[in-house]
Amino acid sequence: MVKSLLRRGGQRADARPRWRLSKRARDSLKAYLFVSPWIISLLVFTAYPMIASFYFAMTEYTILNPPRWVGLQNFKVMFTKDPLYWKSVWNTVYYTLFSVPLGLIVALLLALLLNQRSHGIGLYRTAYYLPGLMPAVASTLLWMVLLDPRLGLVNAALRAVGLPPLGWLRSATWSKPALILMSIWSGSGGTMLIFLAGLKEIPESLQEAAKIDGANAWQRFRHVVLPLLTPTIFFNLVMGIINSFQVFTTAFVAGAQTGGAGPLNSLLMYMLLLYRYGFRYFNMGHASAMALVMFIALVLITLALIRSSSYWVYYEAGGRR
Amino acid sequence: MRQRVFPATAARRHMYVQARKKMFALLTHVLLSATAALFVIPFLWLVITSLKPLDQVFTDPPRWIPDPIMWQNYVEALTSPAFPFLRLLRNTLFYSVFSTLGVVISCSIVAYAFARMDFWGRDVLFGITLSTMMLPGIVTLIPTYILFRTFGWVGTYAPLIVPYYFGSAFNIFLLRQFLMTIPWDLTDAARVDGANEFVILWKILLPLVKPALMVVAVFHFMWTWNDFMGPLIYLDDASEYPLVLGLYAFQTRFGVQWHLMMAAALSVTFPLIVLFFLAQRQFIEGITLTGLKGV
Repeated sequence: MVKSLLRRGGQRADARPRWRLSKRARDSLKAYLFVSPWIISLLVFTAYPMIASFYFAMTEYTILNPPRWVGLQNFKVMFTKDPLYWKSVWNTVYYTLFSVPLGLIVALLLALLLNQRSHGIGLYRTAYYLPGLMPAVASTLLWMVLLDPRLGLVNAALRAVGLPPLGWLRSATWSKPALILMSIWSGSGGTMLIFLAGLKEIPESLQEAAKIDGANAWQRFRHVVLPLLTPTIFFNLVMGIINSFQVFTTAFVAGAQTGGAGPLNSLLMYMLLLYRYGFRYFNMGHASAMALVMFIALVLITLALIRSSSYWVYYEAGGRR
Repeated sequence: MRQRVFPATAARRHMYVQARKKMFALLTHVLLSATAALFVIPFLWLVITSLKPLDQVFTDPPRWIPDPIMWQNYVEALTSPAFPFLRLLRNTLFYSVFSTLGVVISCSIVAYAFARMDFWGRDVLFGITLSTMMLPGIVTLIPTYILFRTFGWVGTYAPLIVPYYFGSAFNIFLLRQFLMTIPWDLTDAARVDGANEFVILWKILLPLVKPALMVVAVFHFMWTWNDFMGPLIYLDDASEYPLVLGLYAFQTRFGVQWHLMMAAALSVTFPLIVLFFLAQRQFIEGITLTGLKGV
């Protein structure tokens, strides 16, 4: 194989007879030179850490001493001896179950509304997107003011419409809904823009055809627009779940005020607990084990979603795949 | 025929359709304004609170106009020894600029190879690149930290900057897609004239995909500006902190001074708002591309 790539050079009169690489081989080498940074990155910053995390998860490793093999000990401790672990799993699942679907629905509704208008879109678009520009620390501080249980603006609004004020970040029951509210406020604008772009791609002719066939607005949405948006919804659903399982900054900042993880650890997200094990207790083995479990869970969820996609995601030219 | 027999019905029908259309437009308008208000009011509250004296931050009923308007909150917050704004800003700019530079350079070179060069294993490598975009950061976090620790990089910005000089999956993908759209004829002529690959990339292709490069740069810049966990893990010394970490440290020490917190929070956000208005098109395009790559 290599030999076929080699060819005798010697076009030049003064050149000694020697083996020279063929043009194809030289081009290939050049290409590898171009992609080499990325190959290094994949090996050093992706492949190695992934393999190493399996190893570290089976060790007791506190940075100061070399890793000591303990087998499945970390997993055993994590699943059976650490009540905070299941608390963090529950908090994270709760957060994801609400923040991802609600975020998608709000974004889709905003996009549909905005798509009705032909002028003045820019202003609304900016209004929805502005919150997404705020660094998570800054927006969390802002919401700590807005959600103040006694005199915050949100509770003032609730009182004004005759609803009882809530404890929000100071209450074990309401701290996660507060976090979800924050995520919708800052995340919807971006997702809305994605949906808006998706809506613009739907050919006018399809809607017109449905109209001529007598479909009303709801039927057109349900049977024309929504199916054509499913690839976008699917993609945002998968990425949304991956991201919200790893929620960290908002919970970290909001929880810092109340014992580090919110009232009764109600804001102790998975990533927060992992951070504690890894960077407070320097228990790298335990932290790696936690990361590995999360990774496997995410892979399984993603695979399940991909499998389910053949039932509800439509791809152009060929209906469901 | 029918329309000639019953012209009145047709006219009434037309009026009805028009009225419905108007109603619908009005409803859309009202709903849009109401939701836009819900998104903007918290932001407005940030501005208002940042200009209040402390005793007007929490009042019943809420106070919408500060009296007096405390511009000096900004002076007080940004010159507070607990929130050394200029140093934090310098650190953030250092981190953001050098990391962005790395991403733009490395990703254009790698993307060029994927788009324009033929080599064994290219498609497999590209497939791997795509799949790493889905890889949750959590799985590489700990081993990467340990790796950088053995390099002696913990306590410096190196772990936050150096990796970006080796490419990043999504940006490689994005630039490759753009480079693919440029006709080969454009570069073939230069190749015949003996231009090497770097010249072709630098002089011909990159100027043509400038909008895409801008998207990559703007988004990466914003991402590093907002990045909290990276600096939190890798930086030890408060003098090295970037803005967001400085803001967090400020809050843990002076948490009850909410008027100053809001002034500081707005100051950290403000440069991004300016950037957004300067590069709005790139922002919108970038977000759209991020989300549509699944299609």
